Amino acid sequence: MAVIEIKNVAKRFGNYQALSDINLTIEDQEFMVLLGASGCGKSTLLRIIAGLETASEGEVWIGGKRIDHLPPKDRGIAMVFQNYAVFPHLTVFENIGFGLRMQKLPNDEVTRRVTRVAELMHIDALLKRYSGELSGGQRQRVAVARALAMEPDVILMDEPLSNLDALLRMEMRAELKGVLAESNTTAIYVTHDQVEAMSMADRISVMHQGKIVQAASPIEVYRNPAAEFVAGFIGNPPMNFLTATPAGTGQWQVAGLALDGPQSGAETLNFAIRPEDLRLSEMGMQAKVKIVEPLGAHLLVTCEVDGTLFRAVLDSDLAVKRGDTLTLTPQPDRIRWFDPVSTRAVA
Amino acid sequence: MTAVTTQAPDTRRAGRTVYAAAVVLLCAWVLVPLYFLFINTLSSPDTVNSFPKPFVPEFDTGSLAFFAGFAGMLSALKNSILVAGMTMVMSILIGAPAGYALSRFDFRGKEVFRLLILLTRAFPLPLLALPLAVMFIRTGLDDTVFGLALVHTTLAVPFAVLITFSLFSGIPMELEEAAWTLGCTRLTAFTKVVLPLILPGITASAIFAFVISWNEVFAAAVLTIENRTLTAFLLQNLDTSPLHLKFAGGFILVVPALIFIFAVRKYLFAMWGIANR
Ligand SMILES: Nc1ncnc2c1ncn2[C@@H]1O[C@H](COP(=O)(O)OP(=O)(O)O)[C@@H](O)[C@H]1O
Ligand SMILES: [Mg+2]
Repeated sequence: MAVIEIKNVAKRFGNYQALSDINLTIEDQEFMVLLGASGCGKSTLLRIIAGLETASEGEVWIGGKRIDHLPPKDRGIAMVFQNYAVFPHLTVFENIGFGLRMQKLPNDEVTRRVTRVAELMHIDALLKRYSGELSGGQRQRVAVARALAMEPDVILMDEPLSNLDALLRMEMRAELKGVLAESNTTAIYVTHDQVEAMSMADRISVMHQGKIVQAASPIEVYRNPAAEFVAGFIGNPPMNFLTATPAGTGQWQVAGLALDGPQSGAETLNFAIRPEDLRLSEMGMQAKVKIVEPLGAHLLVTCEVDGTLFRAVLDSDLAVKRGDTLTLTPQPDRIRWFDPVSTRAVA
Repeated sequence: MTAVTTQAPDTRRAGRTVYAAAVVLLCAWVLVPLYFLFINTLSSPDTVNSFPKPFVPEFDTGSLAFFAGFAGMLSALKNSILVAGMTMVMSILIGAPAGYALSRFDFRGKEVFRLLILLTRAFPLPLLALPLAVMFIRTGLDDTVFGLALVHTTLAVPFAVLITFSLFSGIPMELEEAAWTLGCTRLTAFTKVVLPLILPGITASAIFAFVISWNEVFAAAVLTIENRTLTAFLLQNLDTSPLHLKFAGGFILVVPALIFIFAVRKYLFAMWGIANR
């Protein structure tokens, strides 16, 4: 049982506020992804959980025990680092067995566990090699195996795949997800890659400027972003935004189109719609086509609506060319509204 | 146009010639004296004192045997080894922790500290020799192997700090952190991960400290009387000793230093941030 509770954690580096108001509960055996742009504080949060960094404020609990004053070795965690951190002076076998040797386990137990995780990570043929004789992908497998061999309550991963090439990354992504699901550990996985986050996570915590903006399942984060930042960050291409003005109670005027919306007293709202949730129709917003990009399965059309850049993903059979004017209608149940002042979602 | 195209290779060739000449000159500057030292050491005393001198060594151990038999020479050699050995151990014990701290921790005054380390080399030893001698006499450290080793340690420590600093900086922090998460304390992470990785470099740094002490003559001459090191002993007997003794002594001094420095050259380059090849 390893529920992780992070309570009111904040971190300052000198005058720089790297993290503030972090409150997060990660369930037992959950796969939590911390997602955000570079420099938003993901690694700092992970390192606070690992004990490699001390929080300026707040508490960290693992499995019902407060652990923020303990050294890393007493927290029941194992970590996989971005640059693998495979010990160059030890063989793959001794790398994977390093933590077990520190626990003074008997030799045959070490051999048994090392062999098991090595087979799991498909590196059982490399056990006698040194890290200098391994490829990046193999090193990362060693790093993961080394963490798994500890049979930890919690496994922490800081962008473990970001140094691998695209194809390998995709392969490892699926494999890692499978292996971790088997191992019954709670996992926190840091990445800046939203595809990785969407495909692996049970839950995603989207971080921005040292805060957690939204923590929810991948589909929830995608469909119901809690803030404009999330809407603009998740999804490729990202959501479209337009300014909406009131047109009666629960009615909003968007680029010449009257739409049902929230009953809000705000002077303006931001209307948001995903590019794939737009349809061609007789009546709708007038969109002047700027760029047409055929992507095979779809056509990505970048246009201008109401003086704002606006993207639509349309059927690839469509004959659209630069300079055309399209009439687009948003799918009503997919429209989201944001308060321009607080940038939070308005229902 | 044509003038330019024909001229360019010309100047380049001239440049290369100058470069080659400079290389030859510099090599000769170092190697020719070494070569004569070598010839004269491995010739019989008679040959050394005669003229003209041969250009090939006779491989006669007469001079070396005479050197070994010279009164006080062997004990001076023993003192040199003792002092250099102590210097080596002390400068690593003091220098390596400082190098580690410099590479791993951020603390107030770090830059000043680094500068101060170098500044210790800014005071010429002759300036310090008299006060040092007085202090040593008061504390009873004068004319002892340990006292001299202390002085040599102060000379060697700055290099030990700088070399180990660059060694530690070359070990990614992540390796240590990984060790911590795998059950190590700060200390066991150091002994199990960092130490094995920097051991060759530490050895090199120790050897360098040894050579600094081995070659040092001024402090050795001022601070010892009975327990002279080899350098001080040779200096003392310079005008009275025969030529072949000087050659043999010089040879014994130069060769270990040369071999050691050659062995650790990679780390000395690293100290100054020059990529080694
Ligand atoms: N040891 C440190 N000293 C000072 N600032 C730091 C330190 N570590 C991280 N930071 C700063 O904190 C912010 C968050 O860093 P980090 O957690 O590494 O971001 P991420 O992993 O999301 O890219 C960055 O702006 C970074 O410059
Ligand atoms: Mg990071």
